[in-house]
Order: sequence, then structure tokens, then C-alpha cells
Amino acid sequence: MTEKILVQGNEAVGLAAVSAGCLYFFGYPITPQNEIPEWFARELPKRGGVFVQTESETGSINMLYGAASTGVRCITSTSSPGWGLMQEGISSIAGAELPCVIVLVQRGGPGGGSIRHSQMDYMAATRGGGGGGYKNIVLAPASVQEVHDLIQLAFYLADKYLNPVVMLSDGIIGQIAENLEIKTIDFGPLPEKDWAVRGVGRQKDGKRRMILHGRGVIAGPPYFTYVNFLDHLKEKYQKMADTEVRYETYQTDDAEIILVAYGYVARVAKEAVKMAREQDLKVGLLRPITLWPFPYQQIKEKAELGCKFLAAEDSMGLLVDDVRIGVEGKAEVHLLDISARHMPTDGGMILPGRVFQEIRRLL
Amino acid sequence: MNNSIVKERAWGRPELCLDLPVWGLYCPGCQHPVGARLIAEVLDELGIADRAILIIGVGCHAFSGFALNFDVVSSCHGRAPDLATAVKRIHPDTIVFSLQGDGDCIAIGAGPFIGALTRGEMITIIMLNNTNYGTTGGQLAPTTLMEQRTTTTPEGRTADREGYPAHVAELAAGFKGTAYSARGALNNLANYKRTKKYIKTAFQKQINNVGLSYVEVISACPPNWHLSPLESLEWIEEKVIPEFPLGEFKNVDRIE
Repeated sequence: MTEKILVQGNEAVGLAAVSAGCLYFFGYPITPQNEIPEWFARELPKRGGVFVQTESETGSINMLYGAASTGVRCITSTSSPGWGLMQEGISSIAGAELPCVIVLVQRGGPGGGSIRHSQMDYMAATRGGGGGGYKNIVLAPASVQEVHDLIQLAFYLADKYLNPVVMLSDGIIGQIAENLEIKTIDFGPLPEKDWAVRGVGRQKDGKRRMILHGRGVIAGPPYFTYVNFLDHLKEKYQKMADTEVRYETYQTDDAEIILVAYGYVARVAKEAVKMAREQDLKVGLLRPITLWPFPYQQIKEKAELGCKFLAAEDSMGLLVDDVRIGVEGKAEVHLLDISARHMPTDGGMILPGRVFQEIRRLL
Repeated sequence: MNNSIVKERAWGRPELCLDLPVWGLYCPGCQHPVGARLIAEVLDELGIADRAILIIGVGCHAFSGFALNFDVVSSCHGRAPDLATAVKRIHPDTIVFSLQGDGDCIAIGAGPFIGALTRGEMITIIMLNNTNYGTTGGQLAPTTLMEQRTTTTPEGRTADREGYPAHVAELAAGFKGTAYSARGALNNLANYKRTKKYIKTAFQKQINNVGLSYVEVISACPPNWHLSPLESLEWIEEKVIPEFPLGEFKNVDRIE
């Protein structure tokens, strides 16, 4: 029997990172992700790793940039206001083509918003807030176990594509405690990081390494013009889009309405599907696991079969735009948004009964 | 009589300064490449060039980074001390240093700079101070002199609007984790030699794992000062050095 432990989603980030061989964390305190830096501060020194509490989230992302340039596996985490501060750094890491993992535990916005959960950074995470139109793979866990498994996948994908990978968590997935099976997941071999800086005398070929984020400022090998470099990036992003789409479907085969939800709301939506199925309503769930690349094709196929769509999300309506892109105008798209929260206190969340009510209204 | 001839190189480009067209990006009379040359000579003499990692910021200083034979990472504007922190913590046996301009270091980069000073990182920071933003065409910097005209202080810097010049070497010396802080200039041979000694001492502090070391180098910017290269050297003597005194502001062998 496999041993399981009871941990929070935020703590699972740390457990997964060290299982993936990551011993370097740089971060700044912000609610609701503080368990992540606290876990690393406690655990990394014991393991010979490095934890630095940074002077700001710009410090976090730029230390991550420095760490990534040495070729080690490295990670940072933040919540929504800190995510804003990181954007120039993320754009630069994408431009320099370095691998790293960034965890965004969403809280309410805009601005300071609220310190509790929300799903209001969907666009900020999937479209990138920094300049230049770069693309990052965005993974969205819906359980503590999935936080653990996707963090390990994130390190693999970052190394595979030499690109930042984002985990988009939220205040609920970060704070809930669930059973976790700790394991090291093997995703297969990766190329050697012979591009890393370590000192010219330690390079196998004795030649200097230059890690640049401004490829159009001074063009150089292997890209002789700025556009050559951008062609290379386009090709890489296309390869990610073609090969890295991940999603889960539940009861979608005969569904007339398909719910689309991610993160904690996907758990809620699944309960609503169960309630609907008990009353013989043909309802299913499509849960994107990668928010970029998004499962547009799967949504399009269902739209062509005549399905209706209901995007359920704890925001004013962001994910719903990707659903609309997916259906290509061939199906109805409805939205159940943050206004549907049950509010016994000033926090509140979307509950299965409310999603079910919306399903009944649409069928 | 010993008839073997000992050849000693007395002139020329240090091997660490690669023969690349990048040097040609510098304006006539600019002293940034002189600063870069001193760094190359010092790292060569200390025997640490093959384990050195250079972090450059954004500005004219960065051109040198493209032409020095070190492993180099180019950072976002002002963020070099953050990158240097991570690289040094991961590879404590390397020599990690940032090369930055005054705007890069103490305007946009003030946060990372103060952060590194506060933590007493075992890195070396070299700041080339030309009292303005050279790359973007000569705007006000924190180090711009009183009454100095720039494109964003067309009537000259005034205390009411822009405050007073930032004294960075003195600031760095005020932090406990700082092992060394000095300010040099390159406007005459004596200052040139002293500045080289400062840079050497700074790197020696890192080799000895004492603490953070900082050297500020006053660097002529003739086009943006609207002076000839020769007049720029005189202006450094008459105006810049009186505002920014040269010398060592902190030099300790142990932080205690």
C-alpha cells in the first residue's frame, strides 16, 4: 500500500519541487501563498539548497533569472499583485530562453483586491503581461495531488522547451489539505544544459556563454537577425501548442451541455455534473489542465456536434473568452461567474448547487 | 652574458577584451571601455578570469559585456545584483560581478542594489558613473550634478525639482555587510592607477569571502556633456570630483 500524507496544496509545491531535483527557491511574502516560501526556507538548507527571501517580487523573478542561467532547476511563487511585478522578468526569461517554474496562487483583484481565493488572473497568466508576445505553458491543478504531479511536469516541460512554465493555482487549492502520495515522476531524458554559465574555464569547449534577453539589440549566432530569432520562437511555441495540450473530460460523450472549468471551480462543476446526471440530464465537464495551450480543438469538436457550453469561473469572465475562441461561433457559450458566489461571509465561493441551478436554467 | 631576450608585453589590448566591432559602439572620449579594460586586466592578474561570471545591466556599460571574454548574463534594467545574488549562491566558487551604469545601479536598480547590500552578498558591483543616461541621449540621472544640463533638465538640475546628487560609494559603505567601497576616476594617470588598485582590492575581497565589494568609476561622457574628450577630463577634475570625492570609503578584512 502506498503511503500518503495530509498536506496543503502550497506545501505540495515544495515536496514536488525537491522530488524533481529543484533545490533553489527565491520568493517574497504575499498571501495566500506564504506556506510555499516558508516550506522552502525550512527544508532547502537541510538538503544543501538555497532559499533567498527577496526584496520584492521583481527581486524574486530576477534571482530566478540568474539561477536559471546556471542551468539548475529553480522555482518562485507569488500571488496576484506580485505577479504584476514579475512581468518584465518573465518576458526576459522567455526571451533568454531559460527554464524555470513560477507558481501563481491567485487571490482577488484588481489591485490589492482581496487576500482570499479567486480565478481573476487567467488572462494575466495565459496571455503574459510582459512585452513581446511570448508564450508560457500554464498548468492548472484541481487537487493537492495534482499540484504535486504538475509541478514535476512543469520542471520537465521547462527543460524540454527552455521556457518558463507557470502553475496557476488559487487560494483554495493552495490552502486545502488533502492526502498526497509523494513520488518522483520520470518523464524521460532531457538534453544536456551546455548553454549554462559556469565560468569560461569550466566550459567543455573553453568558450564563453552569453545569455541575452535582447536578441534584437545585438544580433549574434545562432540567429543572425532579430527576425531569425523570432522565427525560431514561433516554431517553438507552435510545437508546444501542437504537443502539450492536456485536459480531463467527465461524462462528455453524450452531453448536451458541457461545463468548462479549471482549478477549484472544476471540482465544484464535477459535483454539479453528478447532481445533473442523477436527474438524467445530459451534462459533462471539460477541465483544461493546460490553460495555454488551451484545448480549443476538443471544444470545437463538441461544438460541431451541437453541444452548448457553460464556462464556470470565479472571476468576472476570462476563461469564457477561450471557450468562445474554441467554439468558433458554432455553439452557445454561457458564463457563470463570480457573481454566483455563495456569500455567508465576505469571502464566499461558487457551490455545486448554484452551478446545477444554472444547468437547469439552460436545459 | 645572458643573451636570451625576455619579451614583455607593454602595450596592446588585453586578451580578455575580444577583438570585436562592439567596442566601436562607444563614442569618442567615452571612458566606459577604459573601465572594462581595467576589469579585464585585474581579473587576468588575479588569475580568476576563467571562473568569473559577469552580469550586465542595460545601458552603455553593457556593450563591454558583449566584448569581454567572460561568461555573461544580461539582466533587465537595474536587476544585475539580483541575478548576481542567485549565481553566486548557487556557485560560491565562482567570481560573480555586475557591471552597471549609474542610472542602472541607483535609479531603476536601487531596490536590488540595496537588497544585495542588506544581505551582504559575496559579489562585486562595479558602477560606471557618467552623471547621466548616456544610451538614451543624455537624461537626468540620480548622479547628475547640480546645474548640469541634460535633455530632461534643460535649464540645469535644481534642488527644488530634482534634489541632490546621489552618493553611492558612501551609501554602500554604510552597510555592515559591505567589505569594500571606493570611488575612482580615469581622468589622469594617477587616478587611473588608483582606480585599478580599487578594482583589484574589490575582487580580492570576493576571493577572500569577506562581503560585498563596490567600486564606482567616474567615466567621461563627452557627447552628452557637450564637451570635447579633453574638456571632459578637465570637467571631471573641476566639477565631478569635488561633488564625488575619490578614495576608499570602507575597507575591512572581516565583517564583525
